[in-house]
Amino acid sequence: MKIIVNGDAHEVPSAASLAGALEQLGFGGAVVATALNGEFVASAARDAVALSEGDQVEVLAPMQGG
Amino acid sequence: MRRFYGVELSSRLMVGTARFPSPAILSQAVRVSGAEVATVSVRRESGADRSGQAFWSIIRELGVRVLPNTAGCRSVKEAVTTAHMAREVFGTKWLKLEVIGEDDTLQPDVFGLVEAARILTAEGFEVFPYTTEDLVVASKLVDAGCQVLMPWGSPIGSGRGLNNLFGLKALRAHFPGIPLVIDAGIGVPSHAAQAMELGFDAVLINTAIARARDPVGMAEAFSAAVEAAMLAYNAGPMETREMAEPSTPVIGKAFLT
Repeated sequence: MKIIVNGDAHEVPSAASLAGALEQLGFGGAVVATALNGEFVASAARDAVALSEGDQVEVLAPMQGG
Repeated sequence: MRRFYGVELSSRLMVGTARFPSPAILSQAVRVSGAEVATVSVRRESGADRSGQAFWSIIRELGVRVLPNTAGCRSVKEAVTTAHMAREVFGTKWLKLEVIGEDDTLQPDVFGLVEAARILTAEGFEVFPYTTEDLVVASKLVDAGCQVLMPWGSPIGSGRGLNNLFGLKALRAHFPGIPLVIDAGIGVPSHAAQAMELGFDAVLINTAIARARDPVGMAEAFSAAVEAAMLAYNAGPMETREMAEPSTPVIGKAFLT
C-alpha cells in the first residue's frame, strides 16, 4: 500500500506498523520523532501503530535552529 | 546568580546553530563563544542521507545544553505537536516556543503563544517563549507558567539591534524576578552589550555570528561583549547628565590670566 512520508509517496506492506515502515525506509537506529496524520506518535508506541493506505507520516530529526 | 528553570549558567551568551557556512565552523564558533546553551530544531529527515543524525552527533560532541525551538510554527496545534516531537528527540523539557503570526516581521502571534505556553507548561515543559516587549503579554505568559521570557530586540535575522528601548526597559523594570533573554535582531556585539547593560540576563545570537565574514571571530567578539557588559551592569553604571560636569577638580586651579 502507498503511504506518504515527509511529503513523498512510499510503498510499504499492507498493515505495516509504523516501526516496520521506518525500518524499511532507512530510519533504523536513527534518532527521529514521528507523527501520523498530524498527531505525535511516541517512539515506544510505533510498534503498536498499524498504518493504512494514504497515511501521512512525518519523520523529524535534530536540525540546525535559531 | 540568576537561574534558568533552576539551571545556573556562567555564560550569558546563548547561540543558535543555523546558517553557518559549515559544520566545522559551527562547532568552532560554539566552542569559542563559551555558550552553554545552543538552540536547535526538528526538521524532516531523509532515510537515505540521514543528515539530522550527523548534525546531532556534532551537537552532542559540543556538550552544550540544547534548547529546541518550534520555529516556523503558525498555530497552537502545530507548535504543541512540534514540542512533543522535539522533547522526545532531544530528551529535554526546555523549549523555545515560537508561534509566528506575521511573515514580514516574523512577529510572534502572542495570542497563540500564550495558549500554547499554557498547554505545554501543564504538560511539564519548561517554556522559553519568544515574545514581544508587550507588558500585558509578558504578564499572561508568566501567569501561564513561564519562568523565563525571551523578548525580541528586533525582527529575527534583521540585525537591527534593540528596536524599542523604552519598551524593553519597562519590561525589565516590571519583571525584576524573571530571567529575560533578548532573543532576536541583535546584529553586532554592541547591541548585545546594550541589552546586558540594561539588566537583561542573557542574549541569544544566531545570524549575527553565523553570517559574519568570520563566524569564529565574531563568536569571540560576542562572548567578550556580553562578559564586559555583565560586569558593567553589576558594577553599576554612572548616572547620565544633560550638560557637562568637569572631571578635573576646579578648586586649586592656578590663577594665570
